[in-house]
Amino acid sequence: MTDLLNIEINGVRLQVKPGTMVIEAADDAGFVIPRFCYHKKLSIAANCRMCLVDVEKAAKPVPACATPVTEGMKVYTKSVKAIEAQKSVMEFLLINHPLDCPICDQGGECELQDIAMGFGKDASRFRETKRVVREKYLGPLISTDMTRCIHCTRCVRFGREIAGVMELGAPGRGEHMAIETYMESAVGSELSGNVIDLCPVGALTSKPYRYTGRPWENTAATAISPHDCVGSNLKVEVRRNQVMRVLPHENEAINEVWLADRDRYSYTGLHTADRLQQPMIKQGETWREVDWETALTYASEGMRRVIASHGAAQLGALSNPNATLEEFYLLQKLVRGLGSHNIDHRLRQLDFSDQAHAPVYPHLGQSIAALEELQAGLLIGAYPRKDQPLINHRLRKAAKRGAKISAVNTIDYDVNFTLTNTVVTHPFDMPLHLAAIAKVLAEQTGKTPPAAVQTLLAAAKVEELHRQIATQLTQAERSTVLIGTQALAQPNLAVLRNLANVIADLSNSSLGYLPEGANAAGAWLAGAVPHRTTAGRTVPAAGKSALQMLDTSCKALVLWNVEPEYDCADPATAMTALQAAEFVVALTPFVTDTMRGYADVILPISPFAETSGTFVNVEGRWQSFTASVKSLAESRPGWKVLRVLGNFFKLDGFEYLSSEEVRSEIDTLTVGIIPQTRSEVQAPSNTPQRPSLLRIGHVPIYAVDNLVRRAQPLQQSNDALQAMVAMNAHTADKLGVRHATQVRVSQAGQSVTLPLYIEASVADDCAVIPAGVVGSERLGTGYGSIDVKAV
Amino acid sequence: MFAQRNKNQTKLDRITAAARAEIDRWIAKYPPERKSSAVMAALRIVQDQNGGHLSHELIEAVAEYLDMETIAVYEVATFYSMYELAPVGKYKICVCTNISCMLCGSDQIVQHLEAKLGIKLGQTRRDGKFTLKEVECLGACVNAPMLQIGNDYYEKLTPASIDKILAGLK
Ligand code: SF4
Ligand code: FES
Ligand code: FES
Repeated sequence: MTDLLNIEINGVRLQVKPGTMVIEAADDAGFVIPRFCYHKKLSIAANCRMCLVDVEKAAKPVPACATPVTEGMKVYTKSVKAIEAQKSVMEFLLINHPLDCPICDQGGECELQDIAMGFGKDASRFRETKRVVREKYLGPLISTDMTRCIHCTRCVRFGREIAGVMELGAPGRGEHMAIETYMESAVGSELSGNVIDLCPVGALTSKPYRYTGRPWENTAATAISPHDCVGSNLKVEVRRNQVMRVLPHENEAINEVWLADRDRYSYTGLHTADRLQQPMIKQGETWREVDWETALTYASEGMRRVIASHGAAQLGALSNPNATLEEFYLLQKLVRGLGSHNIDHRLRQLDFSDQAHAPVYPHLGQSIAALEELQAGLLIGAYPRKDQPLINHRLRKAAKRGAKISAVNTIDYDVNFTLTNTVVTHPFDMPLHLAAIAKVLAEQTGKTPPAAVQTLLAAAKVEELHRQIATQLTQAERSTVLIGTQALAQPNLAVLRNLANVIADLSNSSLGYLPEGANAAGAWLAGAVPHRTTAGRTVPAAGKSALQMLDTSCKALVLWNVEPEYDCADPATAMTALQAAEFVVALTPFVTDTMRGYADVILPISPFAETSGTFVNVEGRWQSFTASVKSLAESRPGWKVLRVLGNFFKLDGFEYLSSEEVRSEIDTLTVGIIPQTRSEVQAPSNTPQRPSLLRIGHVPIYAVDNLVRRAQPLQQSNDALQAMVAMNAHTADKLGVRHATQVRVSQAGQSVTLPLYIEASVADDCAVIPAGVVGSERLGTGYGSIDVKAV
Repeated sequence: MFAQRNKNQTKLDRITAAARAEIDRWIAKYPPERKSSAVMAALRIVQDQNGGHLSHELIEAVAEYLDMETIAVYEVATFYSMYELAPVGKYKICVCTNISCMLCGSDQIVQHLEAKLGIKLGQTRRDGKFTLKEVECLGACVNAPMLQIGNDYYEKLTPASIDKILAGLK
């Protein structure tokens, strides 16, 4: 290690890498240098001057954040000269600061307040008028008190460097400079809430949390985000058994210091008027609130009755993909214990034809952090920016370092980094493009593609674009192929998956999945799929998939945290099936009128923050958490409910005393599982017919699950898409419909009237109609034939 | 996903062909990936095209033309005192109130100007003849206090010299 430099800080000898800034060396060695503008994840601005330190032989104090170390450098952070400089800067910073700490939300966790305690004077010498800056509207998530701003520009740099869209800027000059968005538009980045953490003062604070508490009154519990497969680490702040706010918990391997807005604000959906407080049973046409004993007796008897008269194969369980590992495990154990394999969490999936060949669980094919090191990537049916924002953040970092990332999508998504090549095509034409890429790869590498896809490859027409994408993948040392959340929902998933496999094989890339929900990996591991039990062991005769359970109308259905009209691939069919079912048990934190319509028993289970358990993220990391608060009223953690239900059925192995016990049982069962994402290539057996107009049932970022859908601040933000129809001008012309008019949309015998917008970004002969949102909940499958007419 | 909804409509036609040709001359001076370097020239050109001030429409058009975020263009337009965001008078009097000028009595200069013209800093007189503007250091500190009208600097100002300057503006 000869290339290290010898320096001294406050008399302590250190060896540091060349290029290190003094502040980093000091931070590593544990010397505290005050700072405002410097942040380890942002570029250096050196505009606040708070970090001035004394360097031997330097005439003036130098900013530690912008001064690289040099051989033999001697730094003093506490010398008279340094302290005097720091105090002077502090005095300047406080000149215009309102010192309104008693009414400021940042009070108690404010960098300015803390540093002023150490370096500020007790009285001000400033007799002039202080500047006042009008508050700026930034949308429903962030409050502003811009008079408090000290112009460190962290928030501005965040937009440009991390969020990838420069929304905040600093117009004006000198005393008139003020942080704002252009024309006071609301910030739209899915990572926008991070500026609250970054802002060293109380200029940017959380709007939903405003004036509700003081940081010292809160206790913090760690938790895992329940919305996407990243598994972001959270600090859930609690006061008097109520979740007050959610902050990131730093974990360099996963979310670094960041959090997506969805993870940060979804807690606001916890306490809505429709939170279920008490078990309920339906008797005749009336609902009655009952105790758990009565409800569970009623539920188990109802299920037993159906099994007795129609057989166990008529029992099915559907869960959303955000259940904990323990819940998935117990749910499948219960269903299988009763003699059925009908259990599934893949609620939005349409193509199950090659599920036997699916990997043991959907894995990223690499670690999240490793995405940064990629040199090339191919996204297939993926919009990670809104589906897995912090995965996107890593991809963006790679792209900024020069990685060539391309995409084959059905919508020209608004990505915040430059895609090298983008193919925007009809969902059913995606295989043609993938086959073309594979064909080039076979030529380039001289390898023979598997026989199973040879006809596909032979039929593919190679264009320059395909050549370029193929070349990017082969030329890169580290490359990946990622199957996105949309691809997983498409009715031609099998062929997409097989071609992705071929491309990954031929180009020597890793293959990864970006599944929906927080715990798809856990669901597969636990056995919450009809064809495999715990640890991916194949069952002799597969049960029914989520779609089949609804298509064939199982007679008894258990819904685990599912709102079928928003969560299922085909809401119309789902509703029909539920109406036709003889007995429906809904376990949910929220009760709706629709649910009262089809269910027979509704049991309140604890949502996020109120239950303990484990999520397995997309890199296969098991992350357990405890409940941050006690369950509301009579609601109970899901694993406990299942455990007791198991007892009601007198099933063996339902004696757990804690969720940890459940976890360790799963742990033992899944020992030695290696997440292999490659599978043997199959000839596609399922080629859906191309309708004249195909719906693309895109699920918007704030429609993914029942908690997010109830988080009002998120629902008011720009990303919360309403029900509408979007198609390109060419398609609209063919149908004779015009921009910004109402159109009649019909699917599966249901019709709704929705506004239509012309969007150049949509592929030909497709209509984007978001799923999971109010207004489209009566329509049919997310990717099916649809009819759009002018009204 | 549909952030492009607003972007569907181009704003480029707000810049005249002549102005665009001139902006292109400036763009050509920089490497292609640095065309945002032409932002100051572009703003000046469209301001001239528009009779002396910039509108939001023009700022947005420049952003689109140079592939920049609108807020970044707006930052430039609000930083430099030669850009105007509202119509200005025939004579734009820019008084420096930055540190050197302040120490040398710019407060008194401003007071005198305001009294003489009957407008406050930042205002334009109703007859459209004068605009009074506060600006930051114009680099003439040696002869502070100072002001700028058009392309001329007036330095070592006193109330008397201001009267003379104003009398000369027809
Ligand atoms: S708003 Fe906060 S983060 Fe942004 S410049 Fe001001 S003090 Fe810094
Ligand atoms: S932290 Fe170094 S100048 Fe701001
Ligand atoms: S301070 Fe007025 S010109 Fe420099």
